[in-house]
Amino acid sequence: MPAVLEIEGLRKTYKSRRRGTRNALDGFDMRVEAGQVHGFLGPNGSGKTTTLRTLLGLIRPDGGRMSILGHDVPAALPTVAGQVGAIVESPQFFPHFSARDTLSLLAGAGDVPAERIDEVLELVGLRDRAGERVKTYSLGMKQRLAVASALLKNPKLLILDEPANGLDPGGIREMRTLMRTLAESGMTVVLSSHILGEIQLICDSVTIISLGRRVAFGPVEEVLAQHSSGAVRVRLEAVTDLPAAAEALIRSGIRVTGHPDHLMLAGVDKPATVTRLLAEQGLYVSELAPVAVDLESVFLELTATAPVPGQHRQVDQSTKVGEAGQTSTGGGWGA
Amino acid sequence: MSLYRTELRRLAKRRFTRWATLLGLLVLAAVVVGVFFTNEKIGPAQLAQAEQRAEQEYQQQVRWSEQERAACEAAKAGGTAEPDRYPEDCSVISPPPREAIEAQWFLPSTFDFRESFGFTLLPFAAILALVGFVVGASFVGAEWNTGGMMNLLLWRPKRLTVLLTKLAALLSGLLAVALSAAVLWFAGFWLVATFRGSTEKMTSGAWQSFALTGLRGVVLALVLATAGFALASLGRHTAMALGGAIGVMVVGQFALGILLDMAGVRFAEAWLLPTYAMAWMQKKVTLQDWQSCNATFSGECQPATLDITWQQSSVLLAVGVIVTLGAALWTMRRRDIS
Repeated sequence: MPAVLEIEGLRKTYKSRRRGTRNALDGFDMRVEAGQVHGFLGPNGSGKTTTLRTLLGLIRPDGGRMSILGHDVPAALPTVAGQVGAIVESPQFFPHFSARDTLSLLAGAGDVPAERIDEVLELVGLRDRAGERVKTYSLGMKQRLAVASALLKNPKLLILDEPANGLDPGGIREMRTLMRTLAESGMTVVLSSHILGEIQLICDSVTIISLGRRVAFGPVEEVLAQHSSGAVRVRLEAVTDLPAAAEALIRSGIRVTGHPDHLMLAGVDKPATVTRLLAEQGLYVSELAPVAVDLESVFLELTATAPVPGQHRQVDQSTKVGEAGQTSTGGGWGA
Repeated sequence: MSLYRTELRRLAKRRFTRWATLLGLLVLAAVVVGVFFTNEKIGPAQLAQAEQRAEQEYQQQVRWSEQERAACEAAKAGGTAEPDRYPEDCSVISPPPREAIEAQWFLPSTFDFRESFGFTLLPFAAILALVGFVVGASFVGAEWNTGGMMNLLLWRPKRLTVLLTKLAALLSGLLAVALSAAVLWFAGFWLVATFRGSTEKMTSGAWQSFALTGLRGVVLALVLATAGFALASLGRHTAMALGGAIGVMVVGQFALGILLDMAGVRFAEAWLLPTYAMAWMQKKVTLQDWQSCNATFSGECQPATLDITWQQSSVLLAVGVIVTLGAALWTMRRRDIS
């Protein structure tokens, strides 16, 4: 499948006399294929927004290569800008203009037909409030307006930074449906969000960034599978048989954690092995369930940002790929 | 072209632009109305009344000089004259000749278009320049402040083109307002002169001179609008331009003026910006150094002078625009947008 967005070895360094040098992006790679909804995840300060700003020409990179729709950027940005709709960080609009004025001015600057304004207002649910000043809007309504402004160009690539921020539950679901509909119509969507449940529900693939480097990427199922611990939950017909079952499993090299009414097994390649082992001991399984891993736990594991009781994690305390004990999970350009 | 039209629309839609322009036009209108009501036409009745008042003044001078001469002679005869109070010969105390007291001194204020209109172009240019400066600063400053500039650059990722197009829209909008206001200003004062003064002696040369002065006033407004725009773009906030302007006025003008005065610097006004604005509008400002000789009332000694010409002012304005706009363009090109 052709890549709509490719980033290789992207670097951005901030230098300050007082605070020294900080690598916001440290050789970051990313690839998004056409027609996908791609989740772009990372803890606060990991470099997500810097990546998007750099990609869109707002920040000058110190190294690396980027391309959008096959054109190298930022050199070719004027050529591809008409096919890229984007919102970066929180929506910002002139407070005294109405939503319709705001979109009308953007449409004028981008040679977009005026009819498209009504279409996107309808799409994001702002049709009836389009004449009101933006300063009277709630955060969720501003977010809808931001999405509308990004959709105005009917882009081939839509980049949305935290689009669900401030939306009510209904709005989040509408946004999810909208993203899927857009992807089905052929649009490629890059979605940066901290609502990992949403990402898992709507994204085909993800890239996870930590401290300016990619720590994981690929289709959502593959990323989840790569980080599945092989945990299995076992229940027996008789709870009193649990100690004997644990003993038999430990003898076979399986790591077992006992619980009052079940056992948790780790490092199980094939759950059928467990059934056979226990049956040989005359112990009969009533439930054998592989424990599914979710994106949130994978994210917390990969970025090492899970909360620890009694500790206050600082913004830059997360995983850095290439440090001792860490291995890269992804390839390079075109991987 | 679409970006230019859009920026013109944005400029016209902005509430601050509308209010600042309206306020500026109201102040200009107030000046015209004020001049209208503080002047009156000179006719035979006013001339006769002025003649009468001049005669009354002459008679008063005659009475006063006679009283003083009598007092002088009495003091001399009595030997009580103070040495410096009276002259040696009391007969030199005499009233001024009748023709020395002119009737025109007692005429009411009247608006002579040829004589006075040129001076009105100074406040006209000053108010336009002030409106241009704050609207220019706000136009781009608010865009930076509210994230509008970033949104626009996502649509048109050519930074210099975007900034220069915005400036072009600002200057053409200001030019349209300034030219319209200038036409109304000329027309307003022509009416004032017609009903409250005189429109006589207006030659084509006088019209040409007024037109050129008005044009220089419009150019001054455009230059200050560009400076406000560039300063706000440099600081990415309207306050940068306004703060800079206040800083220049307080530190660079008042404080510098006091310092130069205390240091006894010759032609201290030559270091102050308003002098160059005046020279730009009036074509020439002549500064005088009264310390250069002991000038007396008899006029035997003239002070040294220094001419500041509109050409020198034009160099200063050009350098100011090139430096501020050049810096704004350079930072627009180089700095990250975050």
